Amino acid sequence: MKKANKRVIPGFGLSMGVTVSVLSIVVLIPLASLAVFTANMSISEIIGTITRARVLASFKVSFVTALIASLINAVMGVVLAWVLVRYDFPFKRLLDGMIELPFALPTAVAGISLTSLTADTGLIGGFFARFGVKIAYTRIGITVAMVFIGIPFVVRAVQPVLEKLDGSYEEAAVTLGADRGRIFREIIFPEICPAVFTGFGLALGRCIGEYGSVVFIAGNQPFETEITPLIIMSELQEYDYASASAIALVMLAASFLILFSVNLIQVKNAKILKGGN
Amino acid sequence: MHKESKGSKAVKVLLIGVSVLFVFLMLVLPLITVIAEAFKQGFKVYAEAVADKYTIKAMLLTVEATVFAVAVNTVFGLFAAWLITKFRFKGKKLLSTLIDLPVTVSPIIAGLIFVLTFGRQSPIYPYLEAADIKIVFAVPGIILATIFVTFPFISRELIPVLEAQGTDEEEAAALMGAKGFTIFTKITFPHIKWAFLYGIVLCAARAMGEFGAVSVLSGHLRGKTNTLPLHVEILFNEFKYVPAFAVSSILVMMAVIILIARSVVEYIGKRESENVR
Repeated sequence: MKKANKRVIPGFGLSMGVTVSVLSIVVLIPLASLAVFTANMSISEIIGTITRARVLASFKVSFVTALIASLINAVMGVVLAWVLVRYDFPFKRLLDGMIELPFALPTAVAGISLTSLTADTGLIGGFFARFGVKIAYTRIGITVAMVFIGIPFVVRAVQPVLEKLDGSYEEAAVTLGADRGRIFREIIFPEICPAVFTGFGLALGRCIGEYGSVVFIAGNQPFETEITPLIIMSELQEYDYASASAIALVMLAASFLILFSVNLIQVKNAKILKGGN
Repeated sequence: MHKESKGSKAVKVLLIGVSVLFVFLMLVLPLITVIAEAFKQGFKVYAEAVADKYTIKAMLLTVEATVFAVAVNTVFGLFAAWLITKFRFKGKKLLSTLIDLPVTVSPIIAGLIFVLTFGRQSPIYPYLEAADIKIVFAVPGIILATIFVTFPFISRELIPVLEAQGTDEEEAAALMGAKGFTIFTKITFPHIKWAFLYGIVLCAARAMGEFGAVSVLSGHLRGKTNTLPLHVEILFNEFKYVPAFAVSSILVMMAVIILIARSVVEYIGKRESENVR
């Protein structure tokens, strides 16, 4: 594109003005107030808060459960995307539509529903209780809730890439005698890998910060099933804004790191999507 | 498609089976549970819970917050998408990253930053108090938090469509003397109308279901600052399970309507873009 005609289309000033002002009011100023607030705290105060045993334990609970849930989602997301793109079967559209449910269903509703299902008196919880496995009010329960809210991220990241995948390489590989496992490993997986990582990263970011669906099923036992967002919530209820902000800062740093990595991968992914045809 | 060998058919059946089982257990069953629990004690108890004074008030507040969030994000989304896809300027990448920021921020932190910005310890609090404006623990706070968590939902749907469409048509129209508004309504909007509708649907879904951020900013005053998801939480924590699920079922119905709307919008949008080709 020539640089000379870049402002032929009208509305640059107006849309820049509206975009930047709304962005500032809704996002930038509130986020900046967190930065200002923590800047007034001393470093030792911040470190003292975030290294409290109970806070450290919550980091571990949040991170480990989110990681496990996102790994499960990465595997199941690829399977679901594969099934939805490559196969035809009855009610496929319905299955495809259901994937979006965690985006549409309020997290609190998902939370109480999953809790009542997986409690000892519930349908699934009762089944597992016979083998001595408790789901609700344990870390397994937290992981289940996180799998629920994370699954659409991976499916919706992988699906478009699989759809655009050029079939001729696979056909060539079949003609040359490669088996299905090898085709998947050596031809399909390298192509969808960035998309899987993108979906994994988005799911992980969402799971770490998730509150509504997890808080009911978690049981919220300190050191055992207390997630970091819940700690921030209880600090807020005690009007201890300093501690809440310090812990929030760690969480924000973690999610920005994840977002940054996802963006790096997405740049690569966009190239594959564009070069698909 | 090419002919399937016996082995690949077995893989197909296995993968479809795993997918259907996963979706049924993780997504469909929780949905059924809500409805089943809501009607556990018959229709009369259900109707009482739904027609409860506090439920109706919570519903009205939820609708209010949703309408505000959709309105603000629609205006913002259209301007932001126009800015990002029709012009080239410095800092564009940074701008789109900032717009996407709110979805990676934990809802609890979203609530926290508004408490820090407008709450008692904020430098602007004395001015707000002098003007008798209450934001934190009041309805404006709930609305702001809802706008924040759904912030990029509409622009994110519009940007890829506009990017694919390019700027040639708008440039031609502008060179022939069309005004900005005419260009938008006659040329740009027909391309994005389905993506736009889908963005609104997604935004509304998330807005009415937001729990964490709203929970921080709401004073949990029944009949005053309680949204439907918060009302569900209160009922559930008071062990009023049937009313909790009855209120949830309202949200489930909205979620199902949203899912259907999404499928319809996507289907029509796809068919139309194929017809154009």
